[in-house]
Amino acid sequence: MRLEPIANPTVLRRYGPPVTAIAATFLVAAILALIAGGDPFAVFGQIVKGAVGSKFALLETLNRATPLIFTGLAVAVAFRAKLWNIGAEAQLYAGAVMTAVLGTGMLGWPPALLLPTLAIAAMLAGALVLLIPAVLKVRLGVDEVVTTLLFNFIFLLFVSYLLEGPLKDPMGMGWPKSPRLIPEARLPRIVEGLRLHWGFALALIAAVAVWIVNTRTTLGYEMRAVGQNAEAARFAGIPVTRVILKTALLSGGLAALAGFSEVAGLTGALTLDLSPGYGYTGIVVAMLALLHPLGVVAAALFVAAIFVGADSMSRAVGVPTYLADIMLASALLFMVLAILLTKFRVRRD
Amino acid sequence: MTAKDQAEVVLRLSNITKRFGSLTANDAVSFDLARGEVIALLGENGAGKTTLMNILFGQYTADEGSVEVLGRALPPGNPRAALDAGVGMVHQHFTLAGNLTVWENIVLGAQGLGGLSLRAGAVRARIRALSERFHLRVDPDAKVGKLTVGERQRVEILKALYRDARILILDEPTAVLTPQEADALFGTLREAVAAGLSLVFISHKLHEVMALADRVVVLRHGKLVAERAVTDTSREELAALMVGAEVTTPEFQMHAGGAPLLSLHAVHAPGLNGVTLDLCAGQITGLAGVSGNGQGALSDLISGLISPTSGEMTVTGQPVQTWSPRTAIGRGIARIPEDRHKTGTIADFDLTENAILETYATEFSRGGWMDWGRARAHTEALIATYDVRCPGPDTRIRLLSGGNMQKLILGRVLETGPMIILANQPVRGLDIGAVNYVHRRLDEARLGGAAVLLISEDLDEIMRLSDVIHVMSEGRLSPGFARGTKTPAELGQWMAGDGFDAVA
Repeated sequence: MRLEPIANPTVLRRYGPPVTAIAATFLVAAILALIAGGDPFAVFGQIVKGAVGSKFALLETLNRATPLIFTGLAVAVAFRAKLWNIGAEAQLYAGAVMTAVLGTGMLGWPPALLLPTLAIAAMLAGALVLLIPAVLKVRLGVDEVVTTLLFNFIFLLFVSYLLEGPLKDPMGMGWPKSPRLIPEARLPRIVEGLRLHWGFALALIAAVAVWIVNTRTTLGYEMRAVGQNAEAARFAGIPVTRVILKTALLSGGLAALAGFSEVAGLTGALTLDLSPGYGYTGIVVAMLALLHPLGVVAAALFVAAIFVGADSMSRAVGVPTYLADIMLASALLFMVLAILLTKFRVRRD
Repeated sequence: MTAKDQAEVVLRLSNITKRFGSLTANDAVSFDLARGEVIALLGENGAGKTTLMNILFGQYTADEGSVEVLGRALPPGNPRAALDAGVGMVHQHFTLAGNLTVWENIVLGAQGLGGLSLRAGAVRARIRALSERFHLRVDPDAKVGKLTVGERQRVEILKALYRDARILILDEPTAVLTPQEADALFGTLREAVAAGLSLVFISHKLHEVMALADRVVVLRHGKLVAERAVTDTSREELAALMVGAEVTTPEFQMHAGGAPLLSLHAVHAPGLNGVTLDLCAGQITGLAGVSGNGQGALSDLISGLISPTSGEMTVTGQPVQTWSPRTAIGRGIARIPEDRHKTGTIADFDLTENAILETYATEFSRGGWMDWGRARAHTEALIATYDVRCPGPDTRIRLLSGGNMQKLILGRVLETGPMIILANQPVRGLDIGAVNYVHRRLDEARLGGAAVLLISEDLDEIMRLSDVIHVMSEGRLSPGFARGTKTPAELGQWMAGDGFDAVA
């Protein structure tokens, strides 16, 4: 068996495998649902109903998609430039910590001033967290997969220390959580009475902004050049090291916005269980989106819908919510294979 | 042919067809090889020579057709069967393990590992006998990593002979050799043929084909277009058959040089050992040498990828302080890299994105925003001026042929009117039409007063174009010789490292 590059892929070749991958994901899920004693059609029906079947469900899905859009964008931006940022989780928490530190009364500004300040401060914190592995990579050749991954654990323990110490809520009855944000630091709802905050709108704006950066700006051109062929980029005089560092700043900043948006928009306080792995799921989201920033929005909605839908499906049909995790994992595996098949043709030799 | 008809046929290729997607690499190719015969497989790059030999050796499976060795059909896609049937292949890029000794490399894969240590003595003796018989001098206990390229090739040949190869396939065997080493190789191959071996050798160098082969098989665009006995043909006819048209190789006049535009004085850098060089206005300076003797390092230095560790470098009269690709471009150096796929272009970028790689920051971006409209217009102009055959500026460059890719690179670097041009292997892998085009453009730049450094492993190319010729060996640079003052054999001696000590 041999892989042969396809010079000029047809439309079918370009979009067929990804669509098949999604179909295969549902097939696997259907089989597992059967094994778990559920009727696959009922299971999927309940997932869809639970995800988008009511106003409440739909808003819940959009809320859940918000941090995934940010982390998905962070990963997509980095992976495009072949900077393997596995540390969106740590960067998310860096943004959350910054929001909690500055938003709990330290700055008593009006919302119009405070919220942008918090967002920018969060981005700086996240950028800084990714800058360390990036500098180690370009200066010493340290593998950023290892450093960014391990940084997640270090940073989570650091957050744990903060919540037991300096950031502990004196009124928290011993729970490891920060004090609540002041009202001025809370992201308002987009429409009064609907449980959807401005973080979602910010995520959509970020996606469009990243898309514009990629296609229209000099930095976007440089990032794509470095990602596709660093040797040619270097030869042509593109400052490869600087481009990687800029990419790291952008990626870390985007992931940190997820933390900002969760704390300021949803929870109102920093807790240790703020993120159920949004940083890691962002990798899946970015891969499902083929690293395209607008695709990230779609992929994040898809993933969020599965998770939210699986919760209510489980209550209704009794198939465990783990089905959502399996669907996500198999979607990723099938998609990676599908991406390969869009570029190569398998030949028996 | 009548004499060959009676000779025993050791290899028969029948109707071999191989397609890669829409490309037909081999189209119903058939020929026979007789015992003791030497066939040269001649064709331009991309004519399908290597594909055909890989099918014969079992590395590819043909879509149609069959291979017979000594009257028995080879199972397709099985290199082991080809080896067992007596087919040995010496690849263009050697397949040796550098950290093992010569004899270990030779037996690697030839026998089970169990008895290896017990029989080491016998193995060594057999290798000695073979190298004696075929004049393939090499020490069985030497580490392959320490051998010269010529010696490594001998090991490759010994490896095939050790496995009782009756048919030897050599893919461009002289590409990495000095003229002297090539002559020695031909001597060895003649002995092997006299001892009953049959050879197929792949080449696009006509003089080699005429010197060694009995019969020439010419491939063009995957088709067998002609079979000739060397006694019945001429270099001119073969060249015409190869490209499908009469070829005229342009003559290039010699020129006296003007002021030096780029000077190196006793420059040391990784791979460079005290290089002193002047590139003068209005001249092409040729750099000959066996690959891997510092040409790459010199090219990297002038490109801005590496800086001198000691010594002086002066560009247009000003000493070089900080040095990078960007400063090199800024000082007016046009750089045509050795590997147009890996360093010269970004495969999945379109022509526009590739055309502006070196100038995007200064010419096509303002305040951090790209001006794609201007970039596209610029690329369209380049495509027209440099005759790049392509569907348009939005085509991904990987879809272009090597020649068109190189034309775009030429356009990219020459359009700025550079005074210094570095051309590292600018015509490698191109068909003759593209070769002549690139040479003409370089000649025009010389007439325009540019200083050109032409690095090539093809001595003919160097001797045809250059006004001054330098030779590199082990990071050292020979003095400059005016064209015509040294014969290829004399240059070959410099390539082998002779003469440098006298100068030093």
